[in-house]
Amino acid sequence: MRLQFILSEIWIGLRRNLSMAISVVLVTMVSMYLLGLGLLAQRQADTFKGYWYDRVQVTIFMCTEDSGEPACDKKAVTEEQKNAIKAQLDQMRPLVKNVYYESEQQAYDRFQKQFRNSPLAGNVRVGDIPQNFRVQLSDPTKYEVIVSSFEGAPGVGAVQDQKKVLDKFFKGINYITIFSFVLAALMVLCAVLLMATTIRQAAFSRRRETGIMKLVGASNFTIRFPFMMETLFSSLLGAAAATGLLWATANYGFNRYLNQLILDQAFIGVSDVWAITPWMVVGVAVLSIGTSWVTLWRYLRV
Amino acid sequence: MIRFENVTKVYPRSSRPALHDINLEVNRGEFVFVVGQSGSGKSTLLRLALREEQATKGTVLVAGHELGRLPHRKVPRLRREIGTVFQDFRLLPNKTVYQNVAFALQVLGRSSHAIRQVVPETLEMVGLAGKEKRLPHELSGGEQQRVAIARAFVNKPAILLADEPTGNLDPTNSLDIVRLLDRINRTGTTIVMATHDDDIVNQLRKRVVELDNGEVIRDENQGVYGAAR
Repeated sequence: MRLQFILSEIWIGLRRNLSMAISVVLVTMVSMYLLGLGLLAQRQADTFKGYWYDRVQVTIFMCTEDSGEPACDKKAVTEEQKNAIKAQLDQMRPLVKNVYYESEQQAYDRFQKQFRNSPLAGNVRVGDIPQNFRVQLSDPTKYEVIVSSFEGAPGVGAVQDQKKVLDKFFKGINYITIFSFVLAALMVLCAVLLMATTIRQAAFSRRRETGIMKLVGASNFTIRFPFMMETLFSSLLGAAAATGLLWATANYGFNRYLNQLILDQAFIGVSDVWAITPWMVVGVAVLSIGTSWVTLWRYLRV
Repeated sequence: MIRFENVTKVYPRSSRPALHDINLEVNRGEFVFVVGQSGSGKSTLLRLALREEQATKGTVLVAGHELGRLPHRKVPRLRREIGTVFQDFRLLPNKTVYQNVAFALQVLGRSSHAIRQVVPETLEMVGLAGKEKRLPHELSGGEQQRVAIARAFVNKPAILLADEPTGNLDPTNSLDIVRLLDRINRTGTTIVMATHDDDIVNQLRKRVVELDNGEVIRDENQGVYGAAR
């Protein structure tokens, strides 16, 4: 019974305060969209990097039968050649800090994870990516030493230095991230102030009802709850709208465009939007309940 | 039921106390008029009893609660035992007579079944049967005050405080309202009514407590307005 009464109070409150409620929805939507963009930019950076980027500096790919590399001569790497390469790497310590071996199966699994949003993913088979040694250096600037030592060595298909390829992307991504987060922070501040103002305005316009509720002995909860729920409802609606916008951005910008156009890099997609949505929703809920609690405590003393 | 022990109330930014060393006891089931000029402290007395203000000095006891020691979150519970009626009625303009009275029960979580039973009974008791669907602006002053009394009484509180309930009414309506309060008093509800309507006080011959400049100057049963002068 009380629930029905409170729900009807919430609905009446939203209708009476419709323009303010819509403002809260829109401001929350914009702030969450910007925040989401920042988060997606970070996820894009992580997707570019894949599993190995932060862990190693140089990759030594072995020869396979299908290797186009001239040094391979259409022959797969032999066990002796692999062991020789490993031994040589061990001799180069302490410059070589760690060596990780990745089999064809592991390489395939990691590729599938990184390129989950690419049309390529379905076409790659186990064996398309050669087995390899991933080398972590104690001094990352000395990668040339490794490259020159192993390029053209028996059984070695290619020696790759990842940083060269990806660094130019990261500068751009970092700018986007900083820009989005700063804007998002400003918008979140706007959202908080707007929610507080909306509640104060609603409390003022309903002071007659609130006054009588206090007089007849309604509990704090009964008086404050409708205001908090109105704010929560508006802000969650805004978060839902932001999620929709982010989905559209990811779907039309990535899944249907960039991911099809540029095939040699991994991009984010719609699945990344679903990954960040729960955090955004929880963040919005906490923000709105916190703001309304503090505002009501200050301005609606029983 | 209500006891003031050496109660003083000084409002902030005011040098003169609104109430000074008040001692007053109202027993269960009594009907008390609190009289005095404007500014004598009548409303302050009622506000202290309602815990809208706190005494600067002294102790206020209402329905077994010592108000100075009552934690903030327990104040709603106190107020459920006290009904209040004001000079300006304080009805919700967009709700009907029925809805205005039912509101007091709805916010306390009473079931719709109970509300459907109690509200018509109370409206009948105050003489408004048949007017449930009217809005406040469609009623006379006297009728609006009856709605306010119905709302104050619908939860059957132990105490009813009335702050100049006849202030906006003509003499005939005023007498009707106070007679209604008298009927409510006979059901066992303690009533404290602040007023400066001398006719009413003289007609009813109830206990009269007179305040002047924040002090009790007279407290007599079956009193009249201004008899001490």
